[in-house]
Amino acid sequence: MQVIAPTERLAAVPSLGKRWLRDAIGVILIIATGLAGYWLLPDNLALLTRVIAIALLVLSIDLITGYCGVATLGQAALFGAGAYAAGIACVNGVTEPLTLIAIGAVAGAAAGLLMGSVMLRAHGLAQLVLSIAIVQLFHEAANKASAYTGGSDGLAGLMVSPLFGVFEFDLWGQTAYLFGLTLLVVVITALKFVVSSPFGMLCRGIKEDPIRIRAMGAFVFPVLLKMFVISGAVAGMGGALAAISTQVVGLDSVSFELSANALVMLVLGGLGTLYGAIVGTVIFMGFEHIVSAINPFHWMTMVGALLIAVVLAAPGGLSGVFEAISGAGKDARGGRA
Amino acid sequence: MSELFRVEGLNKSFGGLAVSRNISLSMRAGERLALIGPNGAGKTTFVNLVAGQIKPGAGRVVLDGEDITGLGSVRRVRKGLVRTFQVTRLFSEMTPEEHVTLTVLQREGNARRIMSRFTGNPNVADEVEGILSTLGLLDVARRTVGELAYGQQRLLEIGIALALRPKVLLLDEPAAGVPSSDTPRIEQALERLPPSLAVLMIEHDMDLVFRFARRVVVLAAGEIIFEGLPSQVAANEKVREAYLGNYAHARSVA
Amino acid sequence: MLRPSIDLTATRPGYSMQTILSIAIDAFAYGMALFIICIGLSLTMGLMRVVNLAHGAFAMIAGYIASYAARDLGLAYAVAIFLAIIGTVIISIPLERLLYRRIYGSPQLTQVLMTIGITFCIIGITNYFFGPTLKTIPLPGSLSQPVDVGFKTIAAHRLFVMACGVIVAIGLWYLIERTDFGIKLRATVDNAAMADALGVRTQVVYAISFAIAIGLAALGGVVGAEFLPIEPYYALRYMVTFLVVVSVGGAGSIPGAVVACLLLGAVDTTGRYLMPEFGNFFFYAAVIAIVCVFPRGFLGRAQ
Repeated sequence: MQVIAPTERLAAVPSLGKRWLRDAIGVILIIATGLAGYWLLPDNLALLTRVIAIALLVLSIDLITGYCGVATLGQAALFGAGAYAAGIACVNGVTEPLTLIAIGAVAGAAAGLLMGSVMLRAHGLAQLVLSIAIVQLFHEAANKASAYTGGSDGLAGLMVSPLFGVFEFDLWGQTAYLFGLTLLVVVITALKFVVSSPFGMLCRGIKEDPIRIRAMGAFVFPVLLKMFVISGAVAGMGGALAAISTQVVGLDSVSFELSANALVMLVLGGLGTLYGAIVGTVIFMGFEHIVSAINPFHWMTMVGALLIAVVLAAPGGLSGVFEAISGAGKDARGGRA
Repeated sequence: MSELFRVEGLNKSFGGLAVSRNISLSMRAGERLALIGPNGAGKTTFVNLVAGQIKPGAGRVVLDGEDITGLGSVRRVRKGLVRTFQVTRLFSEMTPEEHVTLTVLQREGNARRIMSRFTGNPNVADEVEGILSTLGLLDVARRTVGELAYGQQRLLEIGIALALRPKVLLLDEPAAGVPSSDTPRIEQALERLPPSLAVLMIEHDMDLVFRFARRVVVLAAGEIIFEGLPSQVAANEKVREAYLGNYAHARSVA
Repeated sequence: MLRPSIDLTATRPGYSMQTILSIAIDAFAYGMALFIICIGLSLTMGLMRVVNLAHGAFAMIAGYIASYAARDLGLAYAVAIFLAIIGTVIISIPLERLLYRRIYGSPQLTQVLMTIGITFCIIGITNYFFGPTLKTIPLPGSLSQPVDVGFKTIAAHRLFVMACGVIVAIGLWYLIERTDFGIKLRATVDNAAMADALGVRTQVVYAISFAIAIGLAALGGVVGAEFLPIEPYYALRYMVTFLVVVSVGGAGSIPGAVVACLLLGAVDTTGRYLMPEFGNFFFYAAVIAIVCVFPRGFLGRAQ
């Protein structure tokens, strides 16, 4: 190793431009795929809108688990909080769709704050158990508070007023779908912004080594709690979208099963990339739609086998596989970006 | 010069085992002190106590006139008491530039912000460059830590510590695990440490100790058995006994 | 989940000593059934540091085997239990060799995902072979009788479960503290690499411990079927309960598991008797409270 004279300088960051480009391409791909879905599958728009709503939930899990390293099986509590908040507001006269989404975001954020405050008190298995207990608690609460939530029947017949007074939410679901797609694009752009901020870097550090972060003079708890709030807002918006587009809110939106399925979708697509969340959701729900109609228990076996396969063979999910392939390509061309 | 940092009567026991017994020492600004001792003497425990990672059974830690004994490790860092780790603790997927940038942002209180950008602040970038260049890490500044040689990682540990603008720096075996061909780089980095900084270094590498330290403290079985000039260490009876046991009194074999 | 052994509507308003005793007995029996199932999970987590979310699935498999043996084949209850334990352990052996061994040192999320995957597969396969309906395990006449213990009449089955629990606790304690295998087990828990260097065949220790853990789950699944009915979703439905017991009791601690099981059994049973309209709400609220107060468990090893 030689001594470098202090007069040498670091070149200006070239990779920044490349990252903007990659993000822009990603967003364009999402828009393109979304519009393709709109034109190719006009009869399935309700399903596609639900896919988008779930994708928001899976994104929220990616924030907590993929970027901060906190494993959770209770995220559906935040999704359900948003769904029920939007549903209850709608039943009580608030029918403007953007307001409902905002209500869902706030409810989800509040639930996220609560969930984070409880979960972050523990570590490891105890933390995971808390996440499960919380979602079950929310489930029971939604079940028992039937005056507000409709109990096991849920809320139905939510009448949402037309978007901007013009676009009606009708049975064809066109408005709902394009609305959802726009929401997804806005959210993912905002999240890309968040994860490339200093806050995002701090979260990545916490995931890998919280002791080092503390030794840098940063407290860990407030950062994680902040991420729980953001994650909750995203999940809550997904729940509100589901409520608006399907016009019902049921107990399944606040279930342990939904949390577990969403985690599987994330693992399938790959943690820590945001795009992986969307890819995983689309593929999982696509297959579920096809296979589950045949026999729901066969579907369960397939998901189980898939999980085992991913853990053994492709721990980074599909994103990991993609990175490995493109990384190999880069190395062949010589040098990292 | 007045005293910058003082430890009084630090005591720590794990169960029945007294790991630190009544340790007291003080340092002035700009001092270079080496803490040595045989394995198991309690050197790393001492650093953990001072840095706030573990709570003492008794004793005080005073920094710049302020009693910081009640503060946790994070707050001590913010007061200017910084440590490095014996086994490197770095983020394998991040680059040295990112490590130091994050540290600088954290020091300025901007690490938690969402609205600002991580890169692109010229003041921060200048400071980061300065630190990396002092340590000779400019040419690997954009490689991930996982790709760096261990010696370079140890330098980055020091770099992070410097980015925090510490008043007192506790180096836990900075040359540990580094191949001897790379030790000169570590030495160079140590020579370039800011002169006003009080540095306490734990080390086993005696060459490094003699070249770096103005004062040596020897720890054995949890207590200080010697404090003085480096040249006096080898001759001291107690030190020889601590390291060599019964062989301390043996005659040399011709 | 639990069928109360008395009819509350038939008694006069207010809670009599009889009611309290009935609740206590049910809670104790339920707690013991939980203990038998969960102590194996506690072992797996404490020793091999594997978060085995599929533990309940093995208890379920045993229930199915016993149900099939007792109902469809007409075998005696004791034989059914024996077959269930052996059968479940045999099924678990290839899973341990092929899957569990690969995740012994892995991060927690990886283990969670793998074992959830195993659980899902088992649920799907079980449903394929046995259908979605609830399977009962017919008790022999001797266990269906009420037994008069002087101050109270208790269903014999409850006593049987309690006895099993106590025997398991004592037997395990003896195994771990007083036998050769127990020494090797404790050495491997403390320092696997060192134990290996000293000649302890750690892979064998792991395999045997895993088999014991699964065997106990199997036993618990069968004798506890009165409390935890056997149906395909059993593995998911009670996953939280089993995990809570282990994280509250502390992984690897027998006394901790006993305390946690009895406590949670009491909370659940009391909730069901006194406030059935609230369902599981208070159970989960209690779980959250307990885990928050004791994040490292009552008596287990610090993580």
